Amino acid sequence: MENSFIIDKLYKAFDQDILKMDTSSDVLSFIIASPVVHDVISFLKNDENMNFNFLTDLCGIHYPDRGLPLGVVYHLHNLTENKRIRIKTFVTMNEPKVSTVTDLFSSANWMERETFDFYGIIFEGHPNLKRILNVEYMDFFPLRKEYPLEDPTREDKDDRYFGR
Amino acid sequence: MTDILDDKQYTTLNLGPTHPATHGIFQNVLTLDGEQIIDAEQTIGYIHRAFEKIAEHRPFYQITPLTDRLNYCSSPINNIGWHQTVEKLLGVKTTKRIDYMRIILMELARITDHLVCNSVIGVDSGALTGFIYVFQEREKVYEIYEEVSGARLTTNMGRIGGFERDLSLKAVKKIREFLDHLPKVLHEFEKLLMRNRIFMDRTIGVGPISGERALNYGFTGPNLRAAGVDYDVRVMTPYSSYDDFEFIIPVGTQGDTYDRFCVRQQEIWESVKLVRNALENLPEGSFHLDVPQFYLPPKEAVYSKMEALIWHFKIVMGEIEVPVGEVYHSVEGGNGELGFYLVSDGGRTPFRLHFRRPGFIYYQAYPEMIRGGVLSDAILTMSSMNVIAGELDA
Repeated sequence: MENSFIIDKLYKAFDQDILKMDTSSDVLSFIIASPVVHDVISFLKNDENMNFNFLTDLCGIHYPDRGLPLGVVYHLHNLTENKRIRIKTFVTMNEPKVSTVTDLFSSANWMERETFDFYGIIFEGHPNLKRILNVEYMDFFPLRKEYPLEDPTREDKDDRYFGR
Repeated sequence: MTDILDDKQYTTLNLGPTHPATHGIFQNVLTLDGEQIIDAEQTIGYIHRAFEKIAEHRPFYQITPLTDRLNYCSSPINNIGWHQTVEKLLGVKTTKRIDYMRIILMELARITDHLVCNSVIGVDSGALTGFIYVFQEREKVYEIYEEVSGARLTTNMGRIGGFERDLSLKAVKKIREFLDHLPKVLHEFEKLLMRNRIFMDRTIGVGPISGERALNYGFTGPNLRAAGVDYDVRVMTPYSSYDDFEFIIPVGTQGDTYDRFCVRQQEIWESVKLVRNALENLPEGSFHLDVPQFYLPPKEAVYSKMEALIWHFKIVMGEIEVPVGEVYHSVEGGNGELGFYLVSDGGRTPFRLHFRRPGFIYYQAYPEMIRGGVLSDAILTMSSMNVIAGELDA
């Protein structure tokens, strides 16, 4: 399956909603507007020519300096033709909402819970959206960049030369 | 504790978090009707160590010890998978010698991983003998690891760009001895369990999943292949020169505990073949690449040569140049597709690193697989899925 074929088909179906396309990295990547991400993934899975029937990975990402700082990254795999694709979508800090893909892939259930747990991204329509790896009474989302790895009030350690 | 639902009285049972039969820290809250399982709810995260957060604060070479602790039954695969991810980001290609050395170590790791899983299925169905017997072989592989990397369980094996030293003669000798001895032990282990009436009755039809459901649940590795789908990362997207070798991908049909056992058992035989082939055809050449910005120079050189000292300083203090970009690299881990999604912004540490842990993804299907079965079958299903707590909780 050629990249150009996927690009053509996707642009034909979702022209307005594809914000960016990237062929330079190892996997063909698209940035999609957040309201249609479910439709795009559903199209990629169910269209008989696309057939991306395996959700390899789903995770969050946080770019604090961008207008839309929180992102969700999906890796899909067409197992019959061995083609991978990467779909990204970005949302705001105040309304971090993306619709769930658990209706398409059962495997998305825990991966979305993990993303919610670490980034606070709310997956609308998820059957059981609660924290999974961290304790339930935690009141912050630890993988967001503003949360330091160590207790920020510590004074006995100077990490200036070793940290980021 | 009992609940009354639809005129029937159900029992709620806490299986875990610490229970001798779960081989790790997992909690399952089971709803039982007598001995039959009506529903299960899992709680995970008991050994969550925030590896993804820690990784955002560690230079690339210091992330290897974190990967050790994912699936600690086969740490070399995790280590090498991580090195290859960084090499992919750098755009360097390893030599055949490095590739073959990696195959030898990764396949040895796969053998130990599968040996642990399969012998534990035996233990949970009441046959402790096989477990003790094959653990002697696992010990031999650990001695090989020790010879190669200096460590046994959490190996921190290899470096970005190759290995810290070549395969020693002693290591080669140990590998050969292991390869000569293992088949005998494996045959005996199979004689004990594979056609054993009690074992077959306890495992056939227990915890089944169809190929379609398994794919939908994101299964990979032996558990997916037991359900009849022949997806193997080593063949699908060959890395580390796996395409130089011929091996069979064993598949099952029912996706039950017995099929998972048989698939793993057959994979051990294939791995033995792979290790032997790689060792016999091990090409000459360097055991590491020339990537001075990542590969620490030898200690003697650091003490005597200016350039080596500078590189050593630069690597340790993190003044090296890392390309900007993002990569996804996956290897066939002991339990399935172990993926690394790495985003680099050119800084000293990854901007974002996500581990695709196969165990985390397929363990979700556990309630569906045990529903309707009895409690003792649930234990067997869990051990045959090979859920490793370190991989689950990252």
